[in-house]
Amino acid sequence: MSLDNYLYLSALLFTIGAAGVLIRRNAIVVFMCIELMLNASNLAFVTFARMNGSIDGQLFAFFTMVVAACEVVVGLAIIVTIYRSRRSASVDDARLLKL
Amino acid sequence: MNLASIVNNQTQTPEAVLFFILAPVMVLSALGMLVVKKAVHSALLLAVVMIGLAIFYIANEAPFLGIVQIVVYTGAVMMLFLFILMLVGVDSSDSLEETIKGQRISAVLGSVGVGFLLISLLSRAELGRAYAGLELVNGEGNVQAIAKTLFTRYVWAFEVISALLITAALGAMVLAHRERLLPRKSQRELAAERVRQSAIPVAGLPGPGTYALHNAVDIPALLPDGSPADSSVSKTIAARGELANPNTFRMNEKNEAGEE
Amino acid sequence: MNGTSQMLVYLIAIPLFSATVLLLGSRALDKVGHIIGTLASTAAFVVGLLEFFAMLGRAPENRAVTQPLFTWIEVGNFNVGATLLLDQLSICFVLLITGVGTLIHIYSIAYMSHDKDRRRFFAFLNLFIAAMLLLVLGDSYLSLYVGWEGVGLASYLLIGFWNQKPAYATAAKKAFVANRVGDVGLSLAVMIAFVQFGSVSFSGVAEGVEAGKASSLALNCLGAALLLAAVGKSAQFPLQAWLGDAMAGPTPVSALIHAATMVTAGVYLISRSHFVFDVASVAQLLVVIVGAITLLFGAIIGMAKDDIKKALAASTMSQIGYMILATGLGPVGYAFAMMHLLTHGFFKAGMFLGAGSVMHGMNDEVDMRKYGALRKYMPVTFITFGLGYLAIIGVPPFAGFYSKDKIIEIALDAGGAKGIILGSITLLGAAITAFYMSRVMLMTFFGSKRWEADAHPHESPALMTIPMVILAIGSISAGFIFNLGDRFINFLNPVFHSDHSGHGEKEHLLPPIVVSALALTAVAIGVSIAIAKYGRGKSIPAVAPADVSVWTKVARRDLLQDDLNEALFMRPGQELTKALAIVDEKVIDGAVRGVGSLTLDVASGVRRTQTGFVRSYALWVIVGAVGILATIAVMSL
Repeated sequence: MSLDNYLYLSALLFTIGAAGVLIRRNAIVVFMCIELMLNASNLAFVTFARMNGSIDGQLFAFFTMVVAACEVVVGLAIIVTIYRSRRSASVDDARLLKL
Repeated sequence: MNLASIVNNQTQTPEAVLFFILAPVMVLSALGMLVVKKAVHSALLLAVVMIGLAIFYIANEAPFLGIVQIVVYTGAVMMLFLFILMLVGVDSSDSLEETIKGQRISAVLGSVGVGFLLISLLSRAELGRAYAGLELVNGEGNVQAIAKTLFTRYVWAFEVISALLITAALGAMVLAHRERLLPRKSQRELAAERVRQSAIPVAGLPGPGTYALHNAVDIPALLPDGSPADSSVSKTIAARGELANPNTFRMNEKNEAGEE
Repeated sequence: MNGTSQMLVYLIAIPLFSATVLLLGSRALDKVGHIIGTLASTAAFVVGLLEFFAMLGRAPENRAVTQPLFTWIEVGNFNVGATLLLDQLSICFVLLITGVGTLIHIYSIAYMSHDKDRRRFFAFLNLFIAAMLLLVLGDSYLSLYVGWEGVGLASYLLIGFWNQKPAYATAAKKAFVANRVGDVGLSLAVMIAFVQFGSVSFSGVAEGVEAGKASSLALNCLGAALLLAAVGKSAQFPLQAWLGDAMAGPTPVSALIHAATMVTAGVYLISRSHFVFDVASVAQLLVVIVGAITLLFGAIIGMAKDDIKKALAASTMSQIGYMILATGLGPVGYAFAMMHLLTHGFFKAGMFLGAGSVMHGMNDEVDMRKYGALRKYMPVTFITFGLGYLAIIGVPPFAGFYSKDKIIEIALDAGGAKGIILGSITLLGAAITAFYMSRVMLMTFFGSKRWEADAHPHESPALMTIPMVILAIGSISAGFIFNLGDRFINFLNPVFHSDHSGHGEKEHLLPPIVVSALALTAVAIGVSIAIAKYGRGKSIPAVAPADVSVWTKVARRDLLQDDLNEALFMRPGQELTKALAIVDEKVIDGAVRGVGSLTLDVASGVRRTQTGFVRSYALWVIVGAVGILATIAVMSL
């Protein structure tokens, strides 16, 4: 099996995550889809590290994880705050920013 | 020879088998995330994908990341997600009806476009050179290799990312903090308020499970006129649609006859 | 220029200060406003007299004095100083302006006594005096320009003094607009002078002309521009239409501004610029033509007017035509033009004041057909007006005889066919003048009473009659005094440098005595016709008869001057304005609004993308990603 397959899988997962962001309305699910996209890119990093024989890709993945963790913390806090004031976790309901 | 080492630019058969079993599962789980109605199911499907990814990390000679993936993502982050889901309400299930006109079809088209282009670009990219593998780098152990690089070349990024983490923690606290605008009400005041608002029963809500024939929390109590009291059951159970009909447990003639 | 004087500035400053005080002062000044104004004018007259006597005390070639005030404009080598210049030419005007001006101030005290805005009236009169003095005292075309605009403003304010009547306000506007046309000429002249000579002072331009710095074409253009200015201010053909309407102002204004002083500013300008006209033959010829046309034009209008002030206004136009004609005749003409200007200042101001006196007694009636037989009721007015009448028609030894006779003389001497034509025109003008002035006299003071029922004619108060008497004395004696031994001409000689010593021996077309006889004959004919038509026993209808020849009708309509102006300028102007309004509306506003509405349309189109749905925005991110990836894919093919 070629290592390229990992990359194809990564692209596929990334695409599915993107579609999920566009399709799902529950803010938490949207958030999970974003996590999926980040993880997909991590897989690509790890695969690249193996292809190149360099540890750097793994480090990038590591940093991505940290950033993703931060993002989850802040993002979920925002979702909770919005939910607290609007009683809804739907991204479609928070649409005041328009004409 | 290491199972992960690369022979003739190809992985070894066990890895291929692993991939071809796990990859479809992951893709299907990911697709499932898009179509299931309940957020909890989405979260569980995501957990499946993440565990699969962790396994692939390990297969790709990144055992440290694989463990971190399980601990941080499948453990901490997913727990956080589920926790928030509980907080926001398990009943917040999406209706899958699309409200924005043309959003779904364009989303699918856009995503397919991205995926198609990514895969076609990948397939055309010149990746066909000799794969190095990480045997050399991981000679002293994967964790050691990562540590060496992290604390030398990437030490600055490491420090910065620690600042980011602290900021994120502080940000979450600020966001979650609620300023008290009015003085806290005492118990006496709350009681007086409750008496004044006749909508809330002063004596408290009726308890469920009048007929303890079943798991009693999902059975509404019966009011004196014989109708079920909805307020006696948790709203979450009602939202989940797991409310039992008390009439099914009512003693009827047939039962009485049966006893006789 | 030699000698300086520190007093010149007071000539302007005193009336200007008085005008400022009167305009800015409160109603508390209402009771003394007229006294302040009259005193200011008198003070200016006294200063003028002192300067005059000081001047007479100096040798003829040293009589001009200057007073530098400050540097006005300083750009590189170009310097314009605010400098005042008083020479023999200026002093004539200074004395005329302040002298006649003071008399008219005194007259106005009584004439305007019932007007609640008398203080404002005197403020404007003082403003006019100051501006007119600046006009004649400035030593450069630029200073003159300031005074020129100042008198235009004062004239506008005074014509429209009773601006509660729309017709009067319109008359003021008409005068202002006609003057603006002339002002364009003056500003052009200033620019030409600056470009050609690098200087705008009289001396600088004179030196430049003498040094031959400018081409003949440039000089003729300069002359034509100056003529245009003069034509506008002096109500000469073709910008004469405003003068008749300017009679809307109070009569003292007509006497001071529109008879004695301001309208003669054109004559002053041409005389002052004699160094230009002496070498610009085409421009000079134009001056003569304008003068000749106007003198007949005004005379013909004068014959048809029943409004006493408009008849006098037409006469003014005609007389200034004489002066302009004289200035166009070269060095010999300037002094005679000035002489006629001064004598005209006396008798015309006197006659206007007389007309004002008549109106004062007749409930402000101006139609001569409603006068008649006033000589018994207003003896002083009759006598003073009559003396002015004798002076204007040129009966010896009254002032007009000397000055007009000289102009006819030099017109005849112009040489060749030009001399004969000009001589004939001036003689014809003299005859017509005699006719219409006699008509005015006969219709006003003789014949039968044709008064309105409520008219109770009475003699005017002393404050009004005294100035009339003084002016009448001037009408009698000025010509004689001026002409005594050519003293006036000699007095002005250093300014115009005209060689009058040889004048006496110059070959005349006709001997002076013959010219005088011809002129007197023409006058006699004019007077006889008038007596035959309007004299004793002839009935004068109270309403102007309608069944008259087409020529009379045309003359009554001011020789169609207004119709011509309306057809040539006003209507096309209105059409142009309308067209421009449409262009403004459709094109300019359209463009502005178009940009606005285009922006709005584009915005409201683009606004649709701002749905507020985060997912829509995310979709655009994906579209962008697709775009980038597609680009990479295409580039890497």
